[in-house]
Amino acid sequence: MILALTDILPALLVTHAPALLVVAPMVLAPLVAMLPSGRLAWGFAVLGTGFSLIMALVLLGQVQSVEDGAVISYAMGGWAPPAGIEFRIDTLNALVLLLVTGMGFLASIFGWPTIKAEIASAKTSMFFAAYLVCFTGLCGVAATGDAFNLFVFLEISSIATYVLVALGAGRDRRALPAASNYLLMGTIGASFFVVGVGFLFAATGTLNMAELSLRLEDVEDNKAVLAGYAFIFVGLGLKAAMFPLHQWLPNAYAYSPSFVTMFLAATATKVAIYALIRFLFSVFGLEFSFEGASLILILMPMGLAAMIACSFQAVFQTDIRRMLAYSSVAQVGYILLGVSLGTAAGVSAGLVHLVNHGVIKGALFMAVAGAVLVYQGTSLNDFRGLGRSAPWTMTAFGISGLSLIGVPLTAGFQSKFALVQALLEQGWWWAAIVVVFSSVLAVIYMGRVLEAVFFQAPLNPNKRQKEAPLIILLPLWGLVLVNLWIGLNGRFLFGLTDGAAASLFGGGF
Amino acid sequence: MMPLLPALNPGLLMVVMGLIAVVLPWQRLRQFLLVLTPVFCSVLLLGAERGVDLATIQTLGLNLVLFKVDSLSFIFALAFLIASFLNAIYAMHTDDRLQDGMAMAYAGAAIAATLAGDLMTLFIFWEITAVSSVFLILRAGTKAAYQAAMRYLVIQVFSGVLLLNGLAYVHGDGGDLSLTAFTSFAEPGSVLIFLAFAIKAAFPFLHNWLQDAYPKATVVGAVVLSAFTTKLAIYAFARMFPGFEILIWIGAVMTVFPVFFAVIENDLRKVLSYSLNNQLGFMICAIGIGTPLAINGAAGHAFAHIIYKGLLFMSMGAVLYRVGTVKATELGGLYKSMPWTTIFCIIGAMSISAFPLFSGFVAKSMTMSAVGSGGYTLVWLMLLFASAGVLEHSGIKIPYFTFFGHDAGHRVKEAPFNMLLAMGLAAFICIAIGLPMIGGLGYGWLYGLLPCTAAAVADVCLSSGEAIKTYQPYTLDHVITQMQLLVLAILAFMLLKRAGLYPPERPGTILDTDWFYRKPGYGLAKWSGDVWLKLGPAMTRISAALFHRTFDRLEAAFSPRGALAREGLATTMSVWAAALLGFVMLVVLFAG
Repeated sequence: MILALTDILPALLVTHAPALLVVAPMVLAPLVAMLPSGRLAWGFAVLGTGFSLIMALVLLGQVQSVEDGAVISYAMGGWAPPAGIEFRIDTLNALVLLLVTGMGFLASIFGWPTIKAEIASAKTSMFFAAYLVCFTGLCGVAATGDAFNLFVFLEISSIATYVLVALGAGRDRRALPAASNYLLMGTIGASFFVVGVGFLFAATGTLNMAELSLRLEDVEDNKAVLAGYAFIFVGLGLKAAMFPLHQWLPNAYAYSPSFVTMFLAATATKVAIYALIRFLFSVFGLEFSFEGASLILILMPMGLAAMIACSFQAVFQTDIRRMLAYSSVAQVGYILLGVSLGTAAGVSAGLVHLVNHGVIKGALFMAVAGAVLVYQGTSLNDFRGLGRSAPWTMTAFGISGLSLIGVPLTAGFQSKFALVQALLEQGWWWAAIVVVFSSVLAVIYMGRVLEAVFFQAPLNPNKRQKEAPLIILLPLWGLVLVNLWIGLNGRFLFGLTDGAAASLFGGGF
Repeated sequence: MMPLLPALNPGLLMVVMGLIAVVLPWQRLRQFLLVLTPVFCSVLLLGAERGVDLATIQTLGLNLVLFKVDSLSFIFALAFLIASFLNAIYAMHTDDRLQDGMAMAYAGAAIAATLAGDLMTLFIFWEITAVSSVFLILRAGTKAAYQAAMRYLVIQVFSGVLLLNGLAYVHGDGGDLSLTAFTSFAEPGSVLIFLAFAIKAAFPFLHNWLQDAYPKATVVGAVVLSAFTTKLAIYAFARMFPGFEILIWIGAVMTVFPVFFAVIENDLRKVLSYSLNNQLGFMICAIGIGTPLAINGAAGHAFAHIIYKGLLFMSMGAVLYRVGTVKATELGGLYKSMPWTTIFCIIGAMSISAFPLFSGFVAKSMTMSAVGSGGYTLVWLMLLFASAGVLEHSGIKIPYFTFFGHDAGHRVKEAPFNMLLAMGLAAFICIAIGLPMIGGLGYGWLYGLLPCTAAAVADVCLSSGEAIKTYQPYTLDHVITQMQLLVLAILAFMLLKRAGLYPPERPGTILDTDWFYRKPGYGLAKWSGDVWLKLGPAMTRISAALFHRTFDRLEAAFSPRGALAREGLATTMSVWAAALLGFVMLVVLFAG
């Protein structure tokens, strides 16, 4: 089906797909900023992200057209790498791009009613422009093959994100300190990253990631490389909300506009994790003796700590969005735990969870946004009895919540099963026990909400029966169906992640 | 029939129908569907080909066999279908979509698990039984029921987790996931799977969830719950662990210890829950023996048990529905107002006590004979004691304190017609399969369904290497032994009652072993929660104080003043980032 898409589209679109995917929303952004009508801006945002989604599908089709997964190398502006900037798409990139563009597209469809309610109409066009810039940055990170270019895109997306988070101030003033905190922390992360890239450049003389990985082999003992590794590791860890560098996340998610929360939760940390995986396994590669040590001594304990500590914190939250935010950090822990195994199976399990968690959290935040739009209030008490007032919205919430716990027949189960299998394969049974324990905590914090939603009487009995608008329900149920589809038949996703992991371990670039 | 239908697992159909019923607002249509579905599913089951994989799907690199029937799964599935049919009738007086639908989904999941052809499918439906059944407890709507339901859910899901881990071991070891019996505990994963089953089968010390949750369920809920979960575990044991000697002893202990609790318990539905435990002991013991006769005993007993235990719970449910209590101290003399319920309850009581002519007798005789011929004298004596105990607390105590005894003065209406109909049908089955063979009706009908007959042989029957023989329940010595036991036990009850020595019913709570994990466990959880709540802010304060002094420079370098003073968060985190950077540097330097 995806291959057919490549045939239908004009050849020009197909050859330049890597560039167009990123450039289209970038060009649209200033255009959208000048539009007088918010509704028109929304239309353009949907078009732009939809176009990127099609490009991502085209790329996936091209990558999948060869048995072991092809690698598309696209020279920006015709300047051949390593001197010029290279966009480099393999199965892993294509997978992350599909996630980002897919979620971006659904988010832009769903966003209109909540944005209309939460953002002043004069700012709506600017808001969509910022969103498109953020989207561009995330796509760029996932597409580029150049380390410095990756930094640039990371900053593009981050700076736009700070703006988006701060715009939540219209609803809750606490969005401002949250955004400023996020700005500070994000800048520290980005600075660390760019310092690390600087060290690597000093040691090797190149910024192209493929070239870096070749040249790094010769300078293994160079202390600058070691320092560069440490800076990049921590910098990307911060962006990915690796425990204990996650503290910017809960407030940023809790106080930003509903739409922004949903989009960020599904994509932002995922892209940072992608970059981390890319640097760990492609650029450096497991031959570096220190890398294995850092996986086992840092990534694994941090992953486990996140799964436990943040799940506990989620248990004690009374605000649903904060609770989901803490749960996100815990889920990042699962992904990093899989990655820290340093095996193809482990990374594949991590990637599966990366995608699944994007789908799950996206749907959860969408449902919350829908409920907040109609009923106001994000505390647990506000959600009491909503199962009866808004059954469609809340059923989608419930299914995604069960998936977050890891109930069989849902996507969450597939990823946890794969993770436990990968852990047992390496004999890390104690980590598997922690996974199970953390799942029990998930049962508690999700169960608490589901119980309130479906079994408790509403606080205010006069609450009227009203669903979220159809334009929210459609993308929401789309995500739920994707979730169930993965849960019933994970072959497509597992095929992609296994391919991505195999290409990471099959000699890097 | 359509070509698709033979490959449709009836259980799966019931799960789907149950979920549909949850959203179906029209009471009559829903109940019509719920009664009809088990009948239709029985047709599917009867028509299903034996011993072949009827439906398979590939996923996760596993071959899932969704539907496979052999003589062992057949008898369990049939019993489950009959039970869900009776339950649907029994529930007709209520208009409760969630309860109706979840009861059907739960029954369907149990049936689908029974008809599963591999461990993974079994696991999936195993978990669905747990999740769907919890609603039957929740719907009681009381705080106690809510808390019991949560404990129940945690334990049931934990059982599923163990099963999943076990099957991951089996799979990881290169073993296929088909349901072939284990031969020893040395096989990978067998211990985990054993424990998973043991929790569901309510083994001693793992049993508390049962007495905790069932008596707190709704009127209909307790009836439904009594049929499926534990019998699914019995099936699973018969399938995976036949002939494991440890089961003989566990089973024997399991028959004996609930007797003491049941005799002094005041809540009659709790008495029935203890007695359920004791009955399961007989089946576990038989599975431990593992000969074809013993497997037949376990399966036949399970079949008969599902019906008569359901009947007893139904009668107690009817009393609860009309009178509002099932405390022995508050009941008595109800035979005047509820004559039909009384009769049906007595039939159930006589079945569970294994009076000749009733279903319990023809089923339990097989187990007793198998234990006797296996040479386990001590076990045989324990089972004998337990049989007397069953008569005491289920056979006599339940009907006596409810319907006779001192008249508590309740003058209520007879149970609703649909309840009477369900009880009547169950009572009919109890007698129909217990009678000697008269004109095609009688125990032969049950024996024809057994898993180890000349006509149909399940895999597990051959594991012990013993030949399959036909068994006669109505021989002179069987009947006489049983009658002696029964008459003496009744005599003992009368004498004790006369002499005033029978333990009087007192309103109160009897402590079972679950006290040890419930009270201190709750305390521990609460304490940890308090500690966490106090520790969190305290730690933030301490760390913030520390960091403020030590890292003033860093703070000034990384962030403008105002924001930090208000929030204090960015400081903490930048320090974390720096610390982690230092740590990574150290690790990298020393490892490299």
